[in-house]
Amino acid sequence: MSCECFKGSQWRAGISTDHQSAADLTDRLSGSGSKSPRKPQRQHFDSELVSFTSYHCSLTSAPKMAGVRALGVLSRFTSRRYALYSGATCRTFSVAPAMLARTHVNYEVKGDVAVVRINDPNSKVNTLSVQMQKEMAEVMDEVWANNAVQSAVLISSKPGCFIAGADINMIQGCNNAEEVTTLSKEGQKMFERIEKSPKPIVAAINGSCLGGGLEFAIACQYRIATKSKKTVLGTPEVMLGLLPGAGGTQRLPKMVGLPNAFDMMLTGRNIRADKAKKMGLVHQLVDPLGPGLKSPEERTMDYLEEVAIEYARGIVSKKIPIHKVKGSMEKIQDYVMSFGLVRNQIYNTVQSKVMKQSKGLYPAPLKIIECVKAGVEQGPVAGYLAESQNFGQLAKTSESAALIGLYQGQVACKKNRFGTPQREVKTLAILGAGLMGAGIAQVTVDKGVHTVLKDTTVSGLARGEQQVYKGLNDKTKKKNITSFQRDSILSNLTGQLDYSNFAKADMVIEAVFEDINIKHAVLKEVEAVVSPHCIFATNTSALPIKDIAAASKRPDKVIGMHYFSPVDKMQLLEIITTDKTSKDTTASAVAVGLKQGKVIIVVRDGPGFYTTRCLAPMLAEAVRVLQEGVDPKKLDALTTSFGFPVGAATLADEVGIDVAAHVAEDLGKAFGSRFGGGNVEVLKTMVDLGFKGRKSGKGCYIYQPGLKTKEVNPDIGNVLEKFRMKPNPAVSSDSDVQYRLVSRFVNEAVLCLQEGILINPLEGDIGAVFGLGFPPCLGGPFRFVDSFGADKLVEKMRQYEAVYGNQFTPCQLLLDHAKDSTKRFHM
Amino acid sequence: MASMLLNTMRAGSVSPSWAVRLGARSLSTTAQLHAQVQTKSKKTLSRPGVKNIVLVEGVRTPFLLSGTTGLLQRTGLSKDAVDYIIYGTVIQEVKTSNVAREASLGAGFSDKIPSHTVTMACISSNVAMTSAVGLIAAGQCDSVVAGGVEFMSDVPIRHSRKMRKTMLSLNKAKTLGQRLSLIGSIRMAHLSPELPAVAEFSTAESMGHSADRLAAAFGVSRVEQDEFALRSHTLAKSAQDAGLLKDVISFKVPGRDIVSKDNGIRPSSMEQMGRLKAAFIKPHGTVTAANSSFLTDGASAVLVMSEEKALAMGYKPKAYLRDFVYVSQDPKDQLLLGPTYGTPKVLERAGLAMSDIDVFEFHEAFAGQIMANLKAMDSDWFGQTYLGRKSKVGAPPMEKFNLWGGSLSLGHPFGATGCRLVTTVAHRLQKEGGQYGLVAACAAGGQGHAMVIEAYPQ
Repeated sequence: MSCECFKGSQWRAGISTDHQSAADLTDRLSGSGSKSPRKPQRQHFDSELVSFTSYHCSLTSAPKMAGVRALGVLSRFTSRRYALYSGATCRTFSVAPAMLARTHVNYEVKGDVAVVRINDPNSKVNTLSVQMQKEMAEVMDEVWANNAVQSAVLISSKPGCFIAGADINMIQGCNNAEEVTTLSKEGQKMFERIEKSPKPIVAAINGSCLGGGLEFAIACQYRIATKSKKTVLGTPEVMLGLLPGAGGTQRLPKMVGLPNAFDMMLTGRNIRADKAKKMGLVHQLVDPLGPGLKSPEERTMDYLEEVAIEYARGIVSKKIPIHKVKGSMEKIQDYVMSFGLVRNQIYNTVQSKVMKQSKGLYPAPLKIIECVKAGVEQGPVAGYLAESQNFGQLAKTSESAALIGLYQGQVACKKNRFGTPQREVKTLAILGAGLMGAGIAQVTVDKGVHTVLKDTTVSGLARGEQQVYKGLNDKTKKKNITSFQRDSILSNLTGQLDYSNFAKADMVIEAVFEDINIKHAVLKEVEAVVSPHCIFATNTSALPIKDIAAASKRPDKVIGMHYFSPVDKMQLLEIITTDKTSKDTTASAVAVGLKQGKVIIVVRDGPGFYTTRCLAPMLAEAVRVLQEGVDPKKLDALTTSFGFPVGAATLADEVGIDVAAHVAEDLGKAFGSRFGGGNVEVLKTMVDLGFKGRKSGKGCYIYQPGLKTKEVNPDIGNVLEKFRMKPNPAVSSDSDVQYRLVSRFVNEAVLCLQEGILINPLEGDIGAVFGLGFPPCLGGPFRFVDSFGADKLVEKMRQYEAVYGNQFTPCQLLLDHAKDSTKRFHM
Repeated sequence: MASMLLNTMRAGSVSPSWAVRLGARSLSTTAQLHAQVQTKSKKTLSRPGVKNIVLVEGVRTPFLLSGTTGLLQRTGLSKDAVDYIIYGTVIQEVKTSNVAREASLGAGFSDKIPSHTVTMACISSNVAMTSAVGLIAAGQCDSVVAGGVEFMSDVPIRHSRKMRKTMLSLNKAKTLGQRLSLIGSIRMAHLSPELPAVAEFSTAESMGHSADRLAAAFGVSRVEQDEFALRSHTLAKSAQDAGLLKDVISFKVPGRDIVSKDNGIRPSSMEQMGRLKAAFIKPHGTVTAANSSFLTDGASAVLVMSEEKALAMGYKPKAYLRDFVYVSQDPKDQLLLGPTYGTPKVLERAGLAMSDIDVFEFHEAFAGQIMANLKAMDSDWFGQTYLGRKSKVGAPPMEKFNLWGGSLSLGHPFGATGCRLVTTVAHRLQKEGGQYGLVAACAAGGQGHAMVIEAYPQ
């Protein structure tokens, strides 16, 4: 039974994802080759480099999710970081002045019910900041002291947010682990008083109720949530390398049972209101209302408050039971859980699962298990103590700093720093209905944008439209949307073989075969039919945009938009601007990307831009490592144990050996011997033998449909034998191989910053993690340099340089940082 | 239902000396007709070039909670004065998908009279009537029978999709082996039937659920709803007792007694109603069985003619059917706000103000829905934000509103309610001496209808 419960509880915070989606993804990738009816020439490049990172990256999608969920956890900075008020001290405060001074929490007595309203005046979301907690303590003391009040309702004044979590700055502001532990203890104390409140408190939840917000809510006696889509409950702390530090690890297991509690805390996933009701996380649901005498949002909040007051009174008069009657299944579960043996089995299962998926690189999930175990097995005193101490320790780990950095970077990359474009893109035309084109259509059409999908053949178009349909239908199956919504979304998609609707298009994104001549031809055809304001975006992974724009009559309207495959799963969008690209064009491209839900980095033009350029040297090194006699399985193990979600050999197979060869050759021409290492001929020979990677069934591995385990392709031994290189024992230890791979990646990233391809290190980190699967626990190449030490890295590179030459020559910027240890990419 | 159609004809009050009237008519000109109208205090809505279309008569069966299984009675009375028959229905019986045709044949109408069936949820019979108006205005017909029919106690219940699929494949199966294996594939789950639900296809939300949310959106309390429901029952009871519900005709339920009264009118007390639990949003909802309309069997029909034809045939028309509109809006959050959208639109078309209307008949789907509509019409914010008006529509005065009860008390056979509303307006205008009446109704799919009716000069 326990195993059953864990099906969904894959730990995703750092690097891993559940097998299901990985399998899904590989399906898609392989689909592009074997099942796709598209013309063979197309397969080769249009799914391209993009997919390079694809698989890889989907796995890293977790921290970003964390970001979305923890939304607002960061918010405004506060310099005050000393301990919170413990409620008792405020008791003596006189009411009036305190009320006047309050800005975050207020209350109003309606009959015998106190309605406590939370509203952070400085932010779109409520966070449990120092100020918020202080005022909350004051207000609750007044509520408890007021004899006319029998019960209380806790509600936010912001329609989209209950409480989005604790204030990250408050945690980051602490100097050491002890201070954070104190912070946690104060939180625990506060919520304990809420839990033991003599007057029942009803939490009325509309919008996000996350992290500390959820911990607050579950300390209340009763919870009512709106069925709105915006209402989500969850504990995303794990995605920031933390744990629920205000009683969450202790209360959740009691409330929803061990398996569910582990699932919530280890995945950090959001739970929708209806699911929360089933799990026993909330007691009642309230339907969101339409317009009445006020706007739907306002009226829904009022209604929620009215209903909550009704329930608060019902609880006081004992008409409404606080504890729900347990069903027989729950009783059985409780009974089973009463055996220490069963519980131990659960701890072990969870532990091994976490170890398997995190490779032990992420401390937070292990600490969560530890806290839960302490609470359940040794009682609340030990449990709360473990929670606060572990919280303090985790807050000061480099993993947590890296994950928080990623989260903050992701928030920054969800803003349009180029301003509002003059024209909103209402009609988007996409050229090429391949994996990429259809993927772009898929993430566009459901955002209310009229989407035109054009291909040259009926079969190609049909495949593309089917992909869009399947994507939406999967959402329907998961009940994210209704079948009616699916159909109405699809009505916004126009599939066609000619340019007939292009005159209406505000933007055209081409996703055709990666060949400069074809791109030129397409550009000219498009410019002949579109209106003058229409933007031409090219989805290429390596061809320089300025070369493509050379054929344009209006190069200011040409821009690069590099999507990652599969588009609906990968969050990153790399936008490439040339010197001629206008600011408005950039603003418009960013606006479209944001609408599509992407995290966006904007980089300057150059061969391979940023992402492809960083990955190519690493793959070149990987080929050399293979040539030196390292088994593909071993290579994979080395890379994954470093924190990459997908091993280098598997990645090459997923990308396609042909694609990798093509890119290696192109960039090798552009950058010379620095991009050398492994022999390109290895890849070419493999392609000649038909080992194109997963799509052809054979690459570094052999892929058999229906078989999950994969074996190394025995034939590549011969190929590698042909190109065998003698490893130098001085630089061939496991650790050296790892650093050879990573240092080339990192050096190239720093060089991109040095050359101005990258605007700032933050975008470099985001691009590497979300686009290429750079280990999230390291926070990206730039954060890695900061935490590892530029001097140490340079030292290692010099050692490799001595053996292999200029491929390991550190760039100037890296040398500068190595010389001066106060120089850091991130403050 | 067939008897219904016949009764429509019978009930038409034919003047005893129609020949005389006919003679008179030959003398009277259009001008004279107008002169008659002008004696009224308010101006008529008659417009040059637009045909006057009149309601000659309207009848209905009593709306019954249950018990009717068939209304078809064969009679031999031939009626070839009717040019066309249109019927509205909502939940269609598969065997009689064009129920209008079957009914007219069953009623013994000439088989030369074409008939068709229309559907637009709760306003299906309104569509039947306005289609009739359209046919007459276009000069296609002179007299049309329009009506609505619903058999809620015998709705088609389908096999589950899996079972249907198996049964269809069974038809195609060629060998015994194939058949046996198909039969063997039937599982218990296949046998559970599919009931038609009163739920929106687009949102999968039941209408009661939506009504509850609508009431909450407009802050309509449980007490307000119960009071309105009580009002409806009380008014219906007194109207019934006073014999005002003249449109009801008796009919014989096979195997049972003759039914001649609506059997859903049950004036209760606020206490009794207050004890009921919420029916849709549990437990804190406000819509209960007592403040919702109940679905019944029932049929209604009206005879619509051009004024000339009616007079020529010696009928005494009851009312003019004037402007009408159909509206539609968001099927989720504004599912039942049709009257709010339709009323100002139809008034504008007719060039009338709210104060010109003497008789209001709104379809009472739910007490909460009526109250929400009244509040929406009385809200400046709603008028400005959603109706694109400068100010509010204004709520109809309660002393003119649904004075003989409504769907809450009389019942609501989906397809048949529209004709009842129109007939009631005509009868109330006659009884109360008013000139203009307004019918408004909401329907599933977020649609609505409103029609202005003018009294026929007495």
